[in-house]
Order: sequence, then structure tokens, then C-alpha cells
Amino acid sequence: MTTGKTISASGTGISPVLEYAINIQHLYKSFGDNHVLVDFNLEVKKGESLVVLGKSGSGKSVLIKCIIGLLRPDNGSIEMFGENITEINAEELDKIRAKVGFLFQSNALYDSMTVRDNLEFPLRRHWIKLSQEEVNKMVLEALEDVGLAHTVDMMPVELSGGMRKRIALARTLILKPEIILYDEPTTGLDPITGKEIIELMNEIQEKYNTTSLIISHDMNCVRMTSDRVVILLEGKCYADGSWEALQLNIDPKVKQFFQ
Amino acid sequence: MILPAEIRSFLTDAGSLARFTGRFFSQGFRPRYEMSEFTRQCYLIGYNSLPLIGLTSFIMGLVLTMQLRPAMLRYGVESELPAIVGISIIREIGPVISALIFAGKIGSSIGAELGSMKVTEQIDAMEVSGTNPFKYLVVTRVFAATLMLPVLILLGDAISLYGSYVGVNIRGTTSFYLFWSQVFDNLVFSDVMPAFIKSYFFGFAVGIIGCFKGYNSSKGTEGVGRSANSAVVVASIMVFIIDLLAVQVTDLLGLN
Repeated sequence: MTTGKTISASGTGISPVLEYAINIQHLYKSFGDNHVLVDFNLEVKKGESLVVLGKSGSGKSVLIKCIIGLLRPDNGSIEMFGENITEINAEELDKIRAKVGFLFQSNALYDSMTVRDNLEFPLRRHWIKLSQEEVNKMVLEALEDVGLAHTVDMMPVELSGGMRKRIALARTLILKPEIILYDEPTTGLDPITGKEIIELMNEIQEKYNTTSLIISHDMNCVRMTSDRVVILLEGKCYADGSWEALQLNIDPKVKQFFQ
Repeated sequence: MILPAEIRSFLTDAGSLARFTGRFFSQGFRPRYEMSEFTRQCYLIGYNSLPLIGLTSFIMGLVLTMQLRPAMLRYGVESELPAIVGISIIREIGPVISALIFAGKIGSSIGAELGSMKVTEQIDAMEVSGTNPFKYLVVTRVFAATLMLPVLILLGDAISLYGSYVGVNIRGTTSFYLFWSQVFDNLVFSDVMPAFIKSYFFGFAVGIIGCFKGYNSSKGTEGVGRSANSAVVVASIMVFIIDLLAVQVTDLLGLN
């Protein structure tokens, strides 16, 4: 089994807890007899871009939904910003969610709302006291970040798959999150559009210095976005290291991913 | 004792619906109140259903009058036609037919809308955006359906009686004043109030069942269709069950 690059705060003088944006310890999640996550451990450093790689059905989406609090783990802890989200109440969880963006695999744009309303929705819910002028400015800024300012009054159904992904990303960005969770960001997109989305993700990471946790099985996406890769296999963190290090790994289960 | 799969599935569904209803009561009366979404739902559920309820009510009043006339003539009580039609419409036919049409239109639309939101992760996106989706989607729709159906039934009853007035005048001549006097002179408190009260229960049943089916939708687009369909079927059956219970209760209270 590969251990790869390990994350450690020793020698930096910074508390390990504070250095981690996300710290998952001994996480368990089952659906009936299907044990999806079994003693899963993961630490994501601030500013790091970490990709969780795994086969379809390996539990990647379950992991990311546990991190954002959409699924409740059976056991274990998930710390973000020093708070264990498995123990806090809904109000405190909402405060943490305001600092975390989530890009859904299906984009999850509200199809009964215009692009403007889609972007305004999280703003209005988290930052209630904003004036309409401030809201308009933030909506336009987020749309300009993804290069789609002209779509502001369009409906999601009028947009192409790639445009919808960009709008979903703009909605994720509008709250200026410190952490962004990407659930299969390139799934369902053609290779060219997929590459554009990957480049956009990298631009955002650089511009806002966000921490990114990307769930993917698209090797191109993994190669282009990762500082570090974790392979999720049999519910555990099976291998952990840089893209280059894992490529040279001789473990047959790890090699499968790179062949 | 092992129960057959169908009975187990029915009991599981009934238990889930009871839990869902309990969640509605535990969350529905606590802040944060989603007033703007509630107002929007009142418009969509109430105002937008008025043309359909109005049209069907008018036809129902007209047809009922024309169907009853020969029988009334046979017994020589044709002059009692407005009174008989009025009582039938206000006590039973108006609320039940309007509720069934409401279940078809609103139950299916809520089931399909929430089902589609569920399978496309829009409900999850709402939760991540700091919104309690249950309050925003379910509580607002159930309250809107509960409050709007009685209003629609009142308007539907009035339109239905107007249809009856037209029906009376197809084969005879009755003045507008005489028709309405005959209707209202024969109506008593116990004709109107039980019907009005049960209409709130009809509205609540349609709203909660539509939301329950949509909110618990699964298995992709096929599941959305199934949610919409079963929302209509279950809500329609519930309308009849509530009607049956209402008649028993009014009987016990001596209001029949």
C-alpha cells in the first residue's frame, strides 16, 4: 500500500488543526449492508488542491456529501474551520456552509429561476442585509469570473451543458468561499468543454487562493488540478501522493487507475 | 407473523407519511417564515387554479340541474329544484368535485416539481445555500394548498349555482332573485359550516401528499412521473376518506 506524501505540520510552528482546512478522522458510513466508508481518514491543507480518485460507486460522492453535511456519517469526525460538523446544530452548520462552495455533479441549477435569481439565492439566504445594488454587483462579478456576464437574464434551460457548469461554478463562487468542493466537475462534458472547466477551476484556485477538494474519475481532470491525489478504494484511503508519485506506484490496484 | 410484501410496503409508506406530517407540524410554525415564497405559492396554487375550478363548477351546476329536472317534474316538485341543487352543491358535490380537480392539478404539479428538484439535486443545493428546503418547499406549499382550496371551493360553489340558474332557465323562466332566494332560504348553518371546514382538510391532504411524494422521489425521471401519478391517486382517495370521516363526525355532532 502506498503512503505517498504525508501531510504534517511538524516544524512549522502552526497548530496542525488550524493548518488543515478539512480534517476527517475515522469516518464510517453504511447504507444497510453496504459499507461505503470504513475508517476513512483524510486531511486537506489550507490552499491545497486535493483530488479524491475512485471508481464509480466507490463512495466518492457519499464522502463529499458527508463533508458538506448533506449526509450524516455513522461514526467519526469531520472538522472544518476547527468545528466538528457532525456535532454542531443546523444554524452553526449554515455558518460553515457559507464559507464552503459546492459544485454539484448535475449542476443543480434551479430551473424555475433565471441565472440572476440562481446566483442571488445563496446571497440572500446567507447575507440577508445586502442592498440590491451590492447584490447586482456581486452577481455580475461572479458571472464575469466565469465569462458569462451576458447570460444574467437567461433561464438554465437556454444554456448549453458547459455554460450551465460555469453558472453553477459562479453560484458557488458568489459567497467567496474558502473551500470549494467539486463533485465530478467534468462528468457529462465533451473533452474540450471539460478542459475549459478545468482551466477555470485552476484560475479560481489561483485568484482566490481557495482550498479545493475534487471528486473525480476523469484522469485528465486529476492530472491538471491536483496538488495531491487520494485513491478511495474499499471505503478507505488506499493511496495518497502526488500525481507523479502515484503514477510510478507498483501496487496493482493503484496501477489500474493509470493504465 | 410475516406480512405480505404489499401490506408491509403500504404500512411503511403510511408510517413515512405520518412522520413527514409530524415534521410539517414541528417545523411549520417556527421561524424562519418564508413569506414571499408562501405568497408566490398562494398565487400559483390558488389564482392559477381558478379558471379550471370555475369552468368545471359551472358545467357541474348546469348538468346537475338538467339531470334533476325530469325527476323533480315526475314528483311534482319542480319548484324545489333550486333548493335541492343548492343543498347538494354546497354540502357535498361542490367541495368534493373541486377537491378532486384540485388534487389532479395541484397534487400532480407539486409531486412532479419537487420530484424533479430532488432527482436533479436542487433540494440539496438549497440546503447547501443555507435554506431549510423543508420549510421553503414543503411548508409553504402545504399552507398555500390548505388556505387556497376553501377559497376556490367558495368561488366554485357560487359559479356552480350560477350554472344551475342557467340550467333552470333553459326549460323555464325563473328570475335571478327568486332562484337565489330559494337557494339561500333553504340553506342552514349545518349545511355550510361542515362543508367549509372539511375543505381545509381536503386542501391539507392534497398539499401534504403532493409534497411527500415529490420530496421522497427517487430513481430518476421515471420516479418523477411515478411521484406525480401517485400524488394524484393517493390525494384523491384521501379526499373521499376525509369526506367519509367528516360525515360521521357531523352525524355524531347532530349537524346532519
